[in-house]
Amino acid sequence: MQFRTASSPHLPVAPSVHALMRQVIYALLPGIAVAAWFFGWGILVNLLVACVAGLLTETAMLKLRGRPVARFTTDGSVLITAMLLSLAIPPLAPWWLTAFGTAFAVIFGKHLYGGLGYNPFNPAMLGYVALLISFPTEMTSWLPARTLAEAPPSLLTVLSFTFLGDLPAGVLHDALTGATPLDYTRTHLAQGHTLLESRESTAVWALGGPGWTWMSLAFLAGGLWMLWKGTIRWQIPAGLLGMLGLLALVFWAIDPDRFASPAFHWFSGASMIGAFFIATDPISASTTPRGRLVYGALIGLLTYVIRTWGGYADAIAFSVLLANLCVPLIDQYTQPRVYGSRRQP
Amino acid sequence: MSVATNTRRTWRFPGGLHMPDHKAMSLGSPIGTAPIPRQLILPLSQHIGAPAIPCVAVGDQVYRGQTVAEADGYVSAPIHASSSGRVVEIGPRLTAHPSGLKTECIVIETDGQDTPLPEPEWAPTPNYSELDPAELRQIVRRAGITGLGGAAFPSFIKLNPGPGSRIETLILNGAECEPYIACDQAVMAERAGEIIAGARLIQYAIGAPQCLIGIEDNKPDAITALQSVVADETGIEVVVLPTRYPQGGEKQLIQALTGKQVPSEGLPLDIGIVCHNVATAAAVWRAVVHAEPLISRVMTITGSAVAQPRNLQVRIGTPVADLIEYCGGYQDIGRLIMGGPMMGFALRSDEVPVVKATNCILAVPQEEIRPEEPAMPCIRCGACADDCPASLLPQQLYWYARDKDFEGAQKYNLFDCIECGVCAQVCPSHIPLVQYFRFAKTEIWKAEREKQQSDIARQRHEARKARLEKEAEEAEARRAAKRNKLSGGAQHEIEQALARAKAKKAATQATQTVESGEPQSAVQAAIARAKAASSAEATESEPAAAGGAAAIIARARSRAEGNQDAQPPQSAAAAAIARARAKGGEAPATKSTGSNSAADIIARARAKKEGGSASPTPTASASAPSASLSPAQQAIARARAASGNDDSPATAAKAAAQPETAAQSDAVVAQAIARARAARGAPVRPALAPGEVPAHPYFYSDSITSAAGGNDVVQQAIDNERRKRADQTTSKPALSPGEVPAPSSEEQP
Repeated sequence: MQFRTASSPHLPVAPSVHALMRQVIYALLPGIAVAAWFFGWGILVNLLVACVAGLLTETAMLKLRGRPVARFTTDGSVLITAMLLSLAIPPLAPWWLTAFGTAFAVIFGKHLYGGLGYNPFNPAMLGYVALLISFPTEMTSWLPARTLAEAPPSLLTVLSFTFLGDLPAGVLHDALTGATPLDYTRTHLAQGHTLLESRESTAVWALGGPGWTWMSLAFLAGGLWMLWKGTIRWQIPAGLLGMLGLLALVFWAIDPDRFASPAFHWFSGASMIGAFFIATDPISASTTPRGRLVYGALIGLLTYVIRTWGGYADAIAFSVLLANLCVPLIDQYTQPRVYGSRRQP
Repeated sequence: MSVATNTRRTWRFPGGLHMPDHKAMSLGSPIGTAPIPRQLILPLSQHIGAPAIPCVAVGDQVYRGQTVAEADGYVSAPIHASSSGRVVEIGPRLTAHPSGLKTECIVIETDGQDTPLPEPEWAPTPNYSELDPAELRQIVRRAGITGLGGAAFPSFIKLNPGPGSRIETLILNGAECEPYIACDQAVMAERAGEIIAGARLIQYAIGAPQCLIGIEDNKPDAITALQSVVADETGIEVVVLPTRYPQGGEKQLIQALTGKQVPSEGLPLDIGIVCHNVATAAAVWRAVVHAEPLISRVMTITGSAVAQPRNLQVRIGTPVADLIEYCGGYQDIGRLIMGGPMMGFALRSDEVPVVKATNCILAVPQEEIRPEEPAMPCIRCGACADDCPASLLPQQLYWYARDKDFEGAQKYNLFDCIECGVCAQVCPSHIPLVQYFRFAKTEIWKAEREKQQSDIARQRHEARKARLEKEAEEAEARRAAKRNKLSGGAQHEIEQALARAKAKKAATQATQTVESGEPQSAVQAAIARAKAASSAEATESEPAAAGGAAAIIARARSRAEGNQDAQPPQSAAAAAIARARAKGGEAPATKSTGSNSAADIIARARAKKEGGSASPTPTASASAPSASLSPAQQAIARARAASGNDDSPATAAKAAAQPETAAQSDAVVAQAIARARAARGAPVRPALAPGEVPAHPYFYSDSITSAAGGNDVVQQAIDNERRKRADQTTSKPALSPGEVPAPSSEEQP
């Protein structure tokens, strides 16, 4: 009797790339839900626009590059890029902004380098930085989080602004938007106020500011679930949050008036989504166990430095891209000691 | 599943996988016995090393346990008839070989009588301590026992630690970490006594004070059985390990049991450890105590595509189809695998026979195997690196291998890969990583062999050039002598001879330097010795006989190790040393058989072929001064010949057929000494032809320890052994027909 042969191992395979990406998407959902609750329909509209733009660009690029369209569009990687990017775009943003950012991320961040697996930079962060530099005004006007008194803009308002560029009569753009807690802190400190004063003046400083705290907690929960499922490894989040927290702790201990607490740094801005969803993108991250720790710590360090002394309120995107640049070097010098070799780690 | 806990500390090797083991599937009934098949197909190459050489002819009646093929060289193993019957064919047959090519087999049509040999080929020894370790090794060698864990390395070699090495620990590998395979578990549970007796025997043979038996905790029956046998013994211990693949890999098991790591590209021997499979230990014991050669083994026939999975005592050479039939036939078969699901290889046909290394026949339906699908790109997730038991970076290796940047792959320690398959198993992109690594290893070895061959060709070319130059010079000298004779007269004859000899000497020394770069001092010493020897021998009446007798002693020594049929260059060297020593004073006690010892013949043939014009000419001894010079020259010439290039045995034999004159005998002695020295100083890694198994002094350590400078020899031997290991490991994907696929580590996990 004759049989077909194949190379070992013969056992059924481990979860596929598709399955891993799906897990990441599931893990993002709680954070998205919380964000949508606090910031309204804008979050979901952005998400939808980004996903559609992402899938269209991906399909077009795969066709142009002569790659199997069905296999790669379903791998979920483009959806993750689109979702992460859309979460970084203010809830009230014109559709073309989101679409442009996503297309830029997919084309320049991914396919020009060879598609899935070959991009040296995190595509979502590349798209975000491109938007931030090109459209600074649009990219920095966030909405205030939902409060008891104020609900986020209605779906009609959001759709009208996003797709038509108009707000319904009687609604003012400036009245809708506001600074994020990170922005707020930054501005206040720049004006010579102490942190204590800004706390008193806003009364939103539970952890990372209203809304943002809950969003961060939701992303943390998703991240922990991914750790438990083995989707991601612990080193990058631990390195990132550890370094960020450590630096914040040191400076906060020196002068709590001028420097925010570790908790504020952790639960404000993109720290949590960055630590668990952005920095852990395996393709652009370091691959050795110790290298991941170094890579995470480097992002934490850069984030703190840019947030505290740099020109931008949040810095996860820049830090991730800068750390991406260092990955080959980190990988080179953090190789594990091979079994039986005399070379010490 | 609770088992007795250890009193001993255990360690954890890096990476590894915990997988569903599927072992219970075949363990429902005790070990059965497979029926005698109609035909036994015995491949000549079931082991690592040179294929065996048939010693029966088509039509011969053979009996159970009869040797049908003899070991060829040191790293080889004989093959025995697994049952009685008639040899019907000796030729290429389909065997379990990745190439799919046919390999040489002896086919026996069984008669169903299963008649044993009237007298076993060696005497059973109920009490093994009556025998010394060398005799035990000899029995294990004749029994054709190879490692039963999967790699099939001839076991007697691992019973010979070699001089100067001290073995602290014998490790018996009962980990059997691969899913489905349960034959070792069955043997441990049912034949614990034999295993422990075998362990004792091996401990005695290698002088190891301690024996550790490593078993994973998913085999409680085996642990209980072994522990009840070793309960009140000292120096032997059953160690329970947490189940984790590839715990049964030799290196991983050593780390788990001792916390030590085998040096990269080294041997367990280097850290005082020898590792054998549990079933091998039992086979060794049976070979010694019951005089049973390895003609059958326990193997697992399992998988959900087999009707009645079970463990069976199977005769080596039984076709796989017969076993499947005995186990109820196939049901919904998708893939047939010889070995386990992680390292085993898929069979094209079930007509192939099982061999000594076969521990499992696994038949699985299509839905239980890795789907055939194109791989996704690597997403650098690093799962492979996290789980690699050798702490490699498989994804980096993959980039290099795919890019055919083999230098880069080696920089990332490609050769420390044991091909366990964990990386390919956990890869979310489903990249067949192991296949890439095998490919890279093969390509690297191919390139190295090509380089070696071109080096040999270059050396030959340079040697030829030097020889031609020397011949021209000699012709010139002869012409000059003629002129002198015509002009000077007879009284100048002696001077002419001297001049001629000097010219010759200068020429040979020059060429010798060019060819081998050998230290001059060795040659000088050879000259001195040759002079001494020839003057001493002037008084002896039968120098040739004396030399022959000494050679016989050397031969007897090598026969003690059972390699008299091998006769590679090293044994000739050993014989030469022995002979030289015998000349020095020891009176030859044994009966002389003349000068035609094998060592002698090879040595002479070699000198004759390589030396060409430099070979001794009887006329050289005509005048007094040249008589003392000529042996020296001959010594130089032969030393050069011996160290420079290797002859094919065929040429050697042909050359040896030519008669030797008595006048050459003293020169032969000098030559032998010189060659022995040359052999010592020869390059550590002799150039090898593809597929050739390096023979080296390690394997003749018993006969060579007497020579001064044994340490060098041992060091060289260790180097060679390492290289050979690596060679066998890596040649796996590109096996030539006639080789058995060799997993990278000695014991297959």
